[in-house]
Amino acid sequence: MPGRIQLVAIIGSAVLLLTVLEMVRRRRLMERYALVWLLSAVVLLALASWSGALLKISRAIGVIYPPNALFFVAFAFVLLLLLHFSAAVSRLSDQTKVLAQRLALLDERVRSHEAAAAENDEDMQEAYGDDAQRGSVITRVPPRR
Amino acid sequence: MIFDRPDEQQGSVRVRVSGSCSSLAVIPAYNEAATIAEVIGSLHEHAPDFDVLVVDDGSTDDTAERARRSGARVLSLPFNLGIGGAVQAGFLHALEHGYAFLAQVDGDGQHGAEQLSRLVQAMDEGGVDMVCGSRFLTSDFHYPAPVSRRTGIHIFAFLLSRIVGTRVSDPTSGFRLYNRRAIELFAHDYPHDYPEVEAVLMLHHHRLRMREVPVQMYARGGGSSSISTGKSGYYMIKVLLALMVGLARRRPVVDPGDLAPVTAEQGV
Repeated sequence: MPGRIQLVAIIGSAVLLLTVLEMVRRRRLMERYALVWLLSAVVLLALASWSGALLKISRAIGVIYPPNALFFVAFAFVLLLLLHFSAAVSRLSDQTKVLAQRLALLDERVRSHEAAAAENDEDMQEAYGDDAQRGSVITRVPPRR
Repeated sequence: MIFDRPDEQQGSVRVRVSGSCSSLAVIPAYNEAATIAEVIGSLHEHAPDFDVLVVDDGSTDDTAERARRSGARVLSLPFNLGIGGAVQAGFLHALEHGYAFLAQVDGDGQHGAEQLSRLVQAMDEGGVDMVCGSRFLTSDFHYPAPVSRRTGIHIFAFLLSRIVGTRVSDPTSGFRLYNRRAIELFAHDYPHDYPEVEAVLMLHHHRLRMREVPVQMYARGGGSSSISTGKSGYYMIKVLLALMVGLARRRPVVDPGDLAPVTAEQGV
């Protein structure tokens, strides 16, 4: 592989690898999403620096100019990453849906309990007058208004 | 409905006993403020056995407030989930509160509450887990919709009828009555975007039975349909894809002791 393009490829994939590692270290990227990134960065770095392997791959898949094989591998990783993220988004949106439903169900429960408690409270006052508030007859604590 | 019953035992927590013959009418609503009060009032009048639950699917207008004022219980979703997520929230509510039957009614006045009794009657006759109101079973039906949508509905009807093995004339109808088994199934898993067609397929795969009864549907009272004419093409493709995926999915195994009706054995 020509010297200059090899150098660019090595620097590029090294920067990618370091960026991913740094983001994981700073907790900007969760390990579970970083794994595919790390794998792709490591493989690209290996292929860029070890031109013998790249030559073999380019022969095996019928690519005449070896650096194109590097692009091919990089493109395959990009597709893999996109698929990985689509799956992650699908899972997240499903979890979000469950959360939204759960929230609405709980909200309704709280409202109905509060309304029942308020109604209960009014009836107590009607029946027992101030005793209800002093709690001498009723042990129930009236809800805060 | 819950709060204005003076004869109810005071302060008791309203937890229903599973297996009691209680019914819930679920109205999924997204920006239906114009019609929601009328729909709820009509349900109270024509179907007094049904508790009314409005699932407000992240409306930007005052749908939820109007529904509460009209005496319905309201589930307020924090943002728009789409019709599938909204209806599933209704199924979850019915499951947790032990309702035996759930009716799904549109919030736009398309479905007349007085026709709910037809669905109930068909359910009472037994042998089915879901009753679906179909607008195409009467000879004199008049359904005001663009040709593109009607064509789509008939294509789904044709495909589903082949797959399920019995005639399904109106698979996109959202006027439905479910029993406890169907509630349990759909609370657990309900299709996402345009769920009605896929739900029929799910029922079939889970060896639950459905039946259609003729109903009359009205033009929308206000608001706009979730499916505009421009989206019809997208809708068709999405539902067709969902059907194919549904067919390719692994079929559930019927538990021992479960009913295994004949219709399910004539599948693809």
